Amino acid sequence: MANHILEMRNITKTFPGVKALQDVSLEVTRGEVHAICGENGAGKSTLMKVLSGVYPHGTYEGDIVFEDQVVQFKDIRDSERSGIVIIHQELALSPYLSIAENIFLGNEQAKRGFIDWNKTNLEAAKLLARVGLHDNPITKISDIGVGKQQLVEIAKALSKEVKLLILDEPTAALNDEDSAHLLDLLRHLQGQGITSIIISHKLNEIKSIADSVTIIRDGRTIETLDLKRDEVSEDRIIKGMVGRDLQSRYPDRDVPIGEEVLRIEDWTVHHPLEHTRKIVDGANLNVRAGEVVGIAGLMGAGRTELAMSVFGRSYGVNISGRLYKYGKEIKAHSVGEAIEHGIAYATEDRKRYGLNLIDDIKRNVSGAALGKLAKRGWVDANREYVVANEYRKSMNIKAPSVGSITGKLSGGNQQKVVLSKWMFSGPDVLILDEPTRGIDVGAKYEIYTIINKLAAEGKAVIVISSELPELLGICDRIYALSAGRITGQLPISEATPESLMIYMTKEKE
Amino acid sequence: MSQLTDVAAPKPAPQKPNEPSQVGNVLSFLTSRLRQIGIFIALVLIVVLFQILTDGTLLQPRNVTSIVVQNAYILILAIGMVMIIIAGHIDLSVGSVVAFVGAMSGVFAVNWGWPWWASILASLVLGAVVGAWQGFWVAYVGIPAFIVTLAGMLTFRGLAQIVLNNRPITPFPDEYVAVGAGYLPDPSNGTSILEWITVALGVAATLFLVLQQVRERNARVKLGLEDEPFAWFVTKIAFIAVLVLGVTYLLASYKGTPIVLVILAALVLFYTAVMHRSIFGRHIYARGGNLNAAQLSGVNTKRVDFLLFVNMGVLAALAGIAFTARSDSALPGAGAGFELDAIAAVFIGGAAVTGGIGTVTGAMIGGLIMGVLNNGMSLLGLGTEYQSLIKGLVLLLAVAFDVFNKSRGAKASS
Repeated sequence: MANHILEMRNITKTFPGVKALQDVSLEVTRGEVHAICGENGAGKSTLMKVLSGVYPHGTYEGDIVFEDQVVQFKDIRDSERSGIVIIHQELALSPYLSIAENIFLGNEQAKRGFIDWNKTNLEAAKLLARVGLHDNPITKISDIGVGKQQLVEIAKALSKEVKLLILDEPTAALNDEDSAHLLDLLRHLQGQGITSIIISHKLNEIKSIADSVTIIRDGRTIETLDLKRDEVSEDRIIKGMVGRDLQSRYPDRDVPIGEEVLRIEDWTVHHPLEHTRKIVDGANLNVRAGEVVGIAGLMGAGRTELAMSVFGRSYGVNISGRLYKYGKEIKAHSVGEAIEHGIAYATEDRKRYGLNLIDDIKRNVSGAALGKLAKRGWVDANREYVVANEYRKSMNIKAPSVGSITGKLSGGNQQKVVLSKWMFSGPDVLILDEPTRGIDVGAKYEIYTIINKLAAEGKAVIVISSELPELLGICDRIYALSAGRITGQLPISEATPESLMIYMTKEKE
Repeated sequence: MSQLTDVAAPKPAPQKPNEPSQVGNVLSFLTSRLRQIGIFIALVLIVVLFQILTDGTLLQPRNVTSIVVQNAYILILAIGMVMIIIAGHIDLSVGSVVAFVGAMSGVFAVNWGWPWWASILASLVLGAVVGAWQGFWVAYVGIPAFIVTLAGMLTFRGLAQIVLNNRPITPFPDEYVAVGAGYLPDPSNGTSILEWITVALGVAATLFLVLQQVRERNARVKLGLEDEPFAWFVTKIAFIAVLVLGVTYLLASYKGTPIVLVILAALVLFYTAVMHRSIFGRHIYARGGNLNAAQLSGVNTKRVDFLLFVNMGVLAALAGIAFTARSDSALPGAGAGFELDAIAAVFIGGAAVTGGIGTVTGAMIGGLIMGVLNNGMSLLGLGTEYQSLIKGLVLLLAVAFDVFNKSRGAKASS
């Protein structure tokens, strides 16, 4: 029998009315990187919450055996004492405290009740060196990027003498470079004997780092694949996740491309706080009716900033440049004006910028175009209901009714609500910023189908995405953005991940 | 390939049992609206409790009339306050604005001898100006409302005292006093047992409310979007009718309808409609629910904030007029602590501290709970120290109930 550091045996977890986990078993070998895959809602996070004591012993059935002992965790601190540390997708760092303070938060390096700052900072520096972060430990968390914050989380885990590190979607918010660094670090820690469990949607990542992968579907364990011994393809994993073969991850589209709808000329945007720093620098691009245009760029290239500045100047200062719609120059100095000119922007961060999570589906759908439902300032609530219900059906939003609160929907369904909202505003141009971020494979396919449908209706679509295969799968033409400048433009026939990456990393000449 | 979508995402667990019994249907509907119904039941229980404790004094016509008149200005303030709180702000200045506007209306009506209607009009305009002043700092300068209105609480109290030179202004013209202390005219001059204008108004109001509800329900049924069980609908309507007619009967057996109640009822109807059905109302909820998302949906959130404070200023001025009229004098200390009563009413009425959630009716019921508690305890001869103690605990419990409910709901759905 292999040397298992962790065995979860027949875990069943029931919420009122729902069996979230049913007889799930997981075996993790000492010293390996073990991936867990599954669609959103499959039960991955619930399983990890059971493991880390968020759901204490007694609220689930089954046994957890850690280092050959049956363990019964009462809370997170309990599991951490045993050496199990979980790093959540939403990082749990305090922005105005220093790196060192965050590392030792709840575990302060104190002498007789007073904090020993020298020891705190010294120990922090040692831990930072282990994760390859060379910032000063007294730097504030808010002053470092998400990639580095992720490393601070890992340093914090190391300070707790972690034996089993659980990472929930660690690279979801990272660019390729930071992701690569993080994966390197995991390998490095593996060399030091730390076992990790990684939950990820990124299959290429799993293939490159994991020794084995357990697939969970609908709250059950489907299978565990040994990636080191067997040749396992990405499609093989996807098949396990969705329950059948996936012939194509991208739907076909055949839409005649029409006249130019939007043209952006010489577009320059400055940073809202540092007024002399150019975030977007003389960008020119256009998009035509029925066309899906991609914008590729590494994190910090200015993709979102470009989109938001075009969308009623909702980002940046000292914006210069011209916008043309159907060849005529337009002014869109506020979001309201942009919407009137038929521009829609679906944000990359739907929870913070896209939805009113405490309100229901119908009021979110109507939110950007209430005027269409109103007479003299009074909204026709019945028509609103009817309109929202039509979108619920046509977009396949899975919810009991349009009165459901959006905060309780899954990521994919939330994204469909955001798209419905912008479709209802009646746009000619849709800018979709990371439309499939944090969405499972099946829902992604649905979103692509919706994008195709929009193009087929003669709308111009701009898609911003960090996933190059996605852009290559759905776009007709792709612009590459690097350091705020458009460095190249490739028709889909010539675009490859390699050719795009060359433009995306092109420095200013 | 399109079949993929069907299988890929598991269907949500069946949430609607197909044809449950009528009773089960009503019960599940009630639990889904536990909060709204909960405070209503709390109000009824408190009324019953004090009715028993005071040996029936609480619901005597005279006392019901005085509960209405005594609490009208807090309720008027609570209307504006719930809107401010839904938007995610707070207004601590309303008590001082009540005093300042009251003082100025004393200057207009008494010192300068303006006609009563001109004084009232000028006072309302003054309230709008005060609101615009605070709205400017909140909306366009970006200072948190807590700070702006804390400053307002001090400055307008100071202004009220300066204007009055720390001495009350009195007496006011009779027409002015009637706004706060008057009743609709009684054609029989008190000879009939029931004052019939009040009876007519009460019956008309009941018919209006019932017809309105039936019409709305019919429209929803026609579109196939009614989710309210019929039995519950009937119960609700019957309850509203009994309540309105009951209050009508009590008022009519005393002096008739207080004018301030007519004003309050009109405001409640108007602002309920604004919050439910107007674009402005929707923008307030959107702003409070998620500021960023509202801005990126084209909502001019600064304008919403500004108008909210202007609106609050006007309502505070109205409350100031009602209070001044009832006391028949402009007092430098008027309105002290009103802001806290109004805020408490809003939170007891189910509004969320973080914004985005709340209703005008909820705030009204919250205000009535506080009002009945005050009145009942005074009738029992409890001192203000006990009133304060008990009101504090009620506020805490009401919000604790909310928090408990919410966390239970969150657990059930995660």
